[in-house]
Amino acid sequence: MAIFTGRLEQTTQAAFDSARYAVELGIGLIGIYCLWLGLMRIAEKSGLVKAFSRKIAPVLRLLFRDVPADSPAMGAMSMNIIANMLGLGNAATPLGINAMRELEKLNRNKKAPSHAMCLFLVINTASIQFIPTTVIALRSAAGSANPAEIVSTTLIASFCAAAAGITAAVVLKRFY
Amino acid sequence: MIQAFQWLSRIAVPSFIVFILGYGFYKKVPVYEAFVDGAREGLTTAIRILPYLAAMLIAIGVFRASGAMELLTYVLSPVTSRLGVPPEILPLALMRPMSGSASIGILAELLQIHGPDTFTGRAASTMMGSTETTFYTASIYLGSVGHKDTRYILAAGLLADFIGFTASIVICAMVFGR
Repeated sequence: MAIFTGRLEQTTQAAFDSARYAVELGIGLIGIYCLWLGLMRIAEKSGLVKAFSRKIAPVLRLLFRDVPADSPAMGAMSMNIIANMLGLGNAATPLGINAMRELEKLNRNKKAPSHAMCLFLVINTASIQFIPTTVIALRSAAGSANPAEIVSTTLIASFCAAAAGITAAVVLKRFY
Repeated sequence: MIQAFQWLSRIAVPSFIVFILGYGFYKKVPVYEAFVDGAREGLTTAIRILPYLAAMLIAIGVFRASGAMELLTYVLSPVTSRLGVPPEILPLALMRPMSGSASIGILAELLQIHGPDTFTGRAASTMMGSTETTFYTASIYLGSVGHKDTRYILAAGLLADFIGFTASIVICAMVFGR
């Protein structure tokens, strides 16, 4: 492409410039990641994540009627969903895998994932976001005057996405 | 209403920080040790994504400098301008369901070129925050229990992503203006 547009030099230069920027950005991100993950570790240790999980349990019981309310699957799912909402991606994954294993134990058809497993996955891929940590970090690294100003728009947009995903899962369940 | 949203955004992060610290002290958690422990993970996370970040930034930097981005934007502009979508956001929308690290790279480049406090920057940030890496999450989670059948997961997940993208553009236009 660069040969056709006659921009070979600029293109080579762009590759080097981008590589340098990647390192500058990576260094900038270290500090902000430390801040967030440090705070989140406090939230985990103080039981705040657990306390939030108990708050969403009634909603989960409505969505997952075929999963017993007191099963370990329910606990793991609510912890994972809260971790996702708080932008704790790394902490959320092991909890989510744990929840999937618990759901698999309840799954009678071992050839395909149960409806509960599919719905849980859809909720995971379309999670409501309260604190989009990575985006705030990237915005402040890029010198934004107000890195967190996208918190409310992200909350609403992710709510729309989650509602669409859950509705689609409930409707599509009939056809699969 | 719109002021209320912006006010919510302004206070969300500081009050969240104060709340977490306050709750930690209240529960007698060794706050400093817990913070350092978590911050160490921040260091490894940032280092771990660096190669992806570099690869993606170089790829897009070259794509842009060679003129290919202009060509793509030009080809897509009849569609995007009618829908009110900034064409430069499309690569992010396409990459987002596939790879988290790659989309971090694309967003970083978008924010650097267009600025974080522009319509493009805000809409792209909202888009990034409101959707997830559908394919990646589905493959890890299903893989962990040995299932290959995805049933309706991808259809529902991708629909959610699409709605998230559309909502991001509409909401950012409403809250921040263009």
